Amino acid sequence: MNIVVCVKQVPDTATERKLRSDDKTLDRDAADGVVNELDEYAVEEALRLKEAHGGEVTVLTMGPDKASDTIRKALAMGADKAVHLVDDALHGSDALGTSYALAQTLRKIGFDLVVLGSESTDARTGVLAAMLAERLNVPQLTFANKVEVNGSAIAIQRVTDYGYDKVEASLPAVVSVVEKINEPRYPSFKGIMAAKKKPVEKLGVADAEIDTSQVGLASSWSEVADFSAAPPRAAGTIVKDEGDGGVKAADFLASKKFV
Amino acid sequence: MSEVLVLVEHVEGQIKKVTLELLTLARKLGTPSAVWAGPGYSAEAKARLAEYGAEKIYVADSADIADYVVAPKAELLAQLVSSASPAAVLVAATAEAKEIAGRLAIKIDSGVLTDAVGIGEGLVADQSIFGGGVNVQSRVTKGTPIFAVRPNATPVEAAAGAGAEEQVTVAVSDAAKTAKVVDRVKEEKGARPELTEAAIVVSGGRGVGSAENFSIIEKLADSLGAAVGASRAATDAGWYPHQFQVGQTGKTVSPQLYIAAGISGAIQHRAGMQTAKTIVAINKDPEAPIFELADYGVVGDLNQVVPQLTDEVVKRK
Repeated sequence: MNIVVCVKQVPDTATERKLRSDDKTLDRDAADGVVNELDEYAVEEALRLKEAHGGEVTVLTMGPDKASDTIRKALAMGADKAVHLVDDALHGSDALGTSYALAQTLRKIGFDLVVLGSESTDARTGVLAAMLAERLNVPQLTFANKVEVNGSAIAIQRVTDYGYDKVEASLPAVVSVVEKINEPRYPSFKGIMAAKKKPVEKLGVADAEIDTSQVGLASSWSEVADFSAAPPRAAGTIVKDEGDGGVKAADFLASKKFV
Repeated sequence: MSEVLVLVEHVEGQIKKVTLELLTLARKLGTPSAVWAGPGYSAEAKARLAEYGAEKIYVADSADIADYVVAPKAELLAQLVSSASPAAVLVAATAEAKEIAGRLAIKIDSGVLTDAVGIGEGLVADQSIFGGGVNVQSRVTKGTPIFAVRPNATPVEAAAGAGAEEQVTVAVSDAAKTAKVVDRVKEEKGARPELTEAAIVVSGGRGVGSAENFSIIEKLADSLGAAVGASRAATDAGWYPHQFQVGQTGKTVSPQLYIAAGISGAIQHRAGMQTAKTIVAINKDPEAPIFELADYGVVGDLNQVVPQLTDEVVKRK
């Protein structure tokens, strides 16, 4: 099975995340780049499927040069090779542009199964997997907390507000995974060393036959008109419990008409 | 005024509160038209949608719309955008509706903005990003704007609309029938409100100490008619089910009141709750970062404070 796992480099949540004042896109220099956490579950799931069914795991990343760190991490976990879609023309693409660019690349490199994290910790739109399924015209198997492949049949449990839906489809397909589907492995020392020798193919927009009128900030379907730091919350009242903390908290709730 | 399509969120025929919020919001932007997708439509549903301002109700209640993942609903909306030429399409910022919005955006070649907390003049959307740290105003620049609006972002106001029904027939394409829902498994969740919709959320974290002890969080929640949430530390420890996790890799909530008990307030958690209107924190560590967000904080043992608070709430009802 030819599995492609899409990973995204995101700013570390623990550092201050900012937008750039010039073009209002993510300031990638202001924060440390890390692998989007949910994508680690996607890599793990891809590796488990490969271990169970054979095949190959290819990491696909779209992002600037710096995103190669993210690729190395996924390779160190055990992926076989990587494709890095990198081109200045892609800077500032929104979800529509990104899904288009990734879909073109996926068509180019081929796949039986595409695996993604269900959302990124920076943009948090949660739409990319659905958009890829739409663009590639393959089944959408998203928000999975369980994935089973049997020959060309694939089934997932799709997490819902009330529990989960059992969903069935045939390969090729797009899967997105939620946290807790598995426990992502840590790269071993051997894995980290091996990752240095694994092939990483760099593709530009022309290589992936990407129409530049569909990607990048200027071609985006939406724009950030303005942004500002959220005003800090006003300092609250903090009391020490002296045996009546619950009563005092109830007084506060009553003053706000919650009780 | 142009129509504004509102995709109705419903579970077994029951309309979710967020839909009433979207109808309230849609009235400011144009003429609200509710879109009912899937089985469960009833006279009661019609009355409710009209009560909150739906002038028109498009009803597409055939089973096959709900029998396949997301794609049929996107097709339905694309068809309605084509026939009604609305000013905008509003959906709830739930996991599934955002996916519907995403696929719709591609079908109609239009921009989509997710997790809006408001939509103002000129269809400019307010978004709160980076865990509530940055406020953004965004607009769609191509096509018919699609907005996924967060639950609890709009105060609901009733205002009667005509509620004129229009049956819509959708021939769901084969391409939209590739991921089939073969079973819907309902997990017991009791009578509590849904986490993202609840006006009050009571969450427990590491300080709760055990799965058994989560009962004190649940009791406080029940006294207030609240939903129960949990921090990642608590769900990772297996004390509370993962679907109740509030935070960056879990649910984002913006209730009127958020009570955090035994939660230190790591950035992971804050990303999921800091847009709550009022925050109350109970933690034994006076240095816990959650107190920086709290409108009211009690430094103390939650095992003492929470049951006492529960008793007081019950007493004062």
